[in-house]
Amino acid sequence: MSRRRHSDENDGGQAHKRRRTSEPIEIEDRLESLICRVGEKSTSSLESNLEGLAGVLEADLPNYKNKILRILCAVARLLPEKLTVYTTLVGLLNARNYNFGGEFVEAMIRQLKETLKNNLYNEAVYLVRFLSDLVNCHVIAAPSMVVMFENFVSVTQEEDVPQVRSDWFVYVVLSCLPWVGKELYEKKDVEMDRLLSQIEGYLKRRVKTHVPMLQVWTAEKPHPQEEYLDCLWAQIQKLKKDRWQERHILRPYIAFDSVLCEALQHNLPPFTPPGHMPDALYPIPRVIFRVFDYTDAPEGPVMPGSHSVERFVIEENLHCIIKTHWKERKTCAAQLLSYPGKNKIPLNYHIVEVIFGELFQLPLPPHIDVMYTTLLIELCKLQPGSLPQVLAQATEMLYMRLDTMNTACIDRFINWFSHHLSNFQFRWSWDDWADCLTMDLEKPKPKFVKEVLEKSMRLSYHQRIVDIVPPTFSALIPAEPIFSFKYGDESGTSLPGYPVSITVSNAIKNRASNEEILAILKEVPNPNQEDDDDEGESFNPLKIDVFLQTLLHLAAKSFSHSFSALGKFHEILKNLTESDDGKLHILKVIYEVWRNHPQMIAVLVDKMIRTQIVDCAAVANWLFSQDMAHEFTRLFTWEILHSTIRKMNKHVQKIQKELEEAKDKLEKQQHKRRDSGDDEDMEKNSEEDEEGQLEEQIERLQEKVESAQSEQKNLFLVIFQRFIMLLTEHLVRCETGSVDISTPWYKNCIERLQQVFLMHHGTIQQYMGTLENLLFTAELDHHILAVYQQFCALQL
Amino acid sequence: MSAKLNALTSDSYTEVSQYRDQHFKGNRYEQEKLLKQSNTLYVGNLSFYTTEEQVHELFSKCGDVKRIIIGLDKIKKTACGFCFVEYYTRGDAENAMRFVNGTRLDDRIIRTDWDAGFKEGRQYGRGKSGGQVRDEYRQDYDPARGGYGKLAQQHRSTERPNSF
Repeated sequence: MSRRRHSDENDGGQAHKRRRTSEPIEIEDRLESLICRVGEKSTSSLESNLEGLAGVLEADLPNYKNKILRILCAVARLLPEKLTVYTTLVGLLNARNYNFGGEFVEAMIRQLKETLKNNLYNEAVYLVRFLSDLVNCHVIAAPSMVVMFENFVSVTQEEDVPQVRSDWFVYVVLSCLPWVGKELYEKKDVEMDRLLSQIEGYLKRRVKTHVPMLQVWTAEKPHPQEEYLDCLWAQIQKLKKDRWQERHILRPYIAFDSVLCEALQHNLPPFTPPGHMPDALYPIPRVIFRVFDYTDAPEGPVMPGSHSVERFVIEENLHCIIKTHWKERKTCAAQLLSYPGKNKIPLNYHIVEVIFGELFQLPLPPHIDVMYTTLLIELCKLQPGSLPQVLAQATEMLYMRLDTMNTACIDRFINWFSHHLSNFQFRWSWDDWADCLTMDLEKPKPKFVKEVLEKSMRLSYHQRIVDIVPPTFSALIPAEPIFSFKYGDESGTSLPGYPVSITVSNAIKNRASNEEILAILKEVPNPNQEDDDDEGESFNPLKIDVFLQTLLHLAAKSFSHSFSALGKFHEILKNLTESDDGKLHILKVIYEVWRNHPQMIAVLVDKMIRTQIVDCAAVANWLFSQDMAHEFTRLFTWEILHSTIRKMNKHVQKIQKELEEAKDKLEKQQHKRRDSGDDEDMEKNSEEDEEGQLEEQIERLQEKVESAQSEQKNLFLVIFQRFIMLLTEHLVRCETGSVDISTPWYKNCIERLQQVFLMHHGTIQQYMGTLENLLFTAELDHHILAVYQQFCALQL
Repeated sequence: MSAKLNALTSDSYTEVSQYRDQHFKGNRYEQEKLLKQSNTLYVGNLSFYTTEEQVHELFSKCGDVKRIIIGLDKIKKTACGFCFVEYYTRGDAENAMRFVNGTRLDDRIIRTDWDAGFKEGRQYGRGKSGGQVRDEYRQDYDPARGGYGKLAQQHRSTERPNSF
């Protein structure tokens, strides 16, 4: 018998393409491949490859023109990091075939309209940039490009539109200028000056309430966290001062100048920016992340300054490479490291800065967090002699600036660093961070180290953590994650619930039925109740405590054991937690027994929500309760809260999807019935029955959706209400005591409030009216109201 | 609009590998279909000491984990170096294939692969000695996986009487 073994090098998967038999498809694949791969590592020069490819495509135009047009439009949209390679190619084709050039430009305009209609604003930027670089390739006449830019900038004169709309049109124009500014100024300097002065006026009157919410650090030093349009404007200003001399961008078309300048140019058709639609989703503003400057790369090429246009172009291209290849980490790492022009810049520094910039981006990183961890590991593998040092340097800098780093970003830093260390045997020079040992443990630096050690323990085990840190760090080592059983030791025997806990424990071990166990639990006295009161149907905290502590103690061995216990005794647990008080208490007990194992608390809470033993609002109320106040600034608290909100959101989405599917099904049925008018009565009746059933189902689902949305709205109301109460209390207390409000606790709390808005902004948008009317009113302390106003400003 | 370029939509880390479970009840076509829809991953090359908690922490970075089943030695009923991780959605499992496969857990490079779905009985090693097949025949010494391979262990114990 052949024993198939797992291949041990499952590093990238083998794609086994079945051989295609039909010729035209083969040729189309070949064309795609040729076009996509031009510019990659080759034994010949880029210029000769482009020349060769232009020849091949020209020959294929008679038969494959449309396919070639579509492929070229696609690479313009999807491979922006190779912009100038493809504009050169189009330039060469246009020089050989004027009509083709014209058709390509038309196709691009059509594609631009489509992408704008479909809210694909980031891709639309690449398309406009491509068109503007075609001016450099003599495909498009400069004056017509200037006219398009003028039309874009005129959007700033529109009234009653969201600021993010006019922002986008200004951004597009500015972001093309590194490529085409020189050429446009040479041909139309008067118009360009007018354009830039219009833009300047717009940028001056623009509202920037949203900026603080998006900044990774609150401090201006050492690097100001600039709003993206401000930064780009400064970069273009500097470029203009330098008379549009730009030396970084790779421009293959220069080598072909003699051929290209013979070509006839096309005029861009007049392009009116599409009007504002209410469902348009313009990109949210960004803040430019900077952690390095020219003083940080000790040897080798100097890093371009923060307001140099080179910096902009490099960062743009690196972001584009990640966007193209994020799913394939080896390819992504290789592409980043083979960035053209890498010998003139400290490439490793740029790469690390761009990656961290994405990881720490607010509201959310463009891709899943773990991708960045794995990408950095891949980069370290490919450049073992240089990249790890840059990474360590960046980590050190991030640590030094923890005091002013946004709390949500610190979370991501903690998760990244602990996961990264777990891939490198937890090797780190902890002594370098000994300064955190003399600080109050609530300060950001010791807090960060503590959380990193806790996360590192989850990926290993307690003794490992003890072994990897110097003994001086013992105060920051997490507790051993063991169960705390109040009925387990000497002192437990005198507790009121002790006898029943022994009985219950034996009952469970002897596989007693649920009824038998409930009967045993009836014996538990209720500390809340007066003697001789009713039969104890009301909430009995001691009953919950005894049963749950005993059960979880028996199941403490692993997650699976505990899940199994929750499943087996689901009926009893539901019975005990019928009331809101019951739900709150069960959470309290879970915390009490597992307070040294927050990971276990999180998975148990997750299970209990999914099996409806507790609801989301109960979890929120529990986390904000006085009992949990001392854990309020710990990472696990917020992981549980956000996980709870996500579950609520997914639940609503799931039912909405079911409703949509049922509605679609009904519509199809109704169409079918209308189309088959001459059927027998029998069939008609059964079809009508089916439709009736569907209509009933839709009604039920509609109710379910409404009820789920109501629960969701309530969850957010609970959370925001609790934040407002806590923050107001703190602010009032500080005011009356004439104490500075900015304690570590306050910074944490206010940023956690921000984080709720940012992480769930899509969902929260639906409930803005209620939030504004009920909670975020003008009477609120201005510190708290500012957070709400900044959030609203994100989609102004 | 423009073409969807095959050359650019490569997602090779999530492709189905060559491995097929020989004990699968059904034909190759059915198995492949399940693999392409699955939310479950087989995870291999674990240390015998790697816990469910560690697996949960790592794989949760890709999404909510529905359940983890630790692979057991069929005779000893102790962990024998593999497990199954099931997610609620395929998208989360795909991220694990892209970003967890080939990285370290408990200091070992682990490997993930699509699994057709857990069925009772599949949590046991299929090697003659009760563990995984790969531990029957390997020649190297791996302290986290019981030391020498089972066959090599037997040879070692029969060798000793001959040495002075």
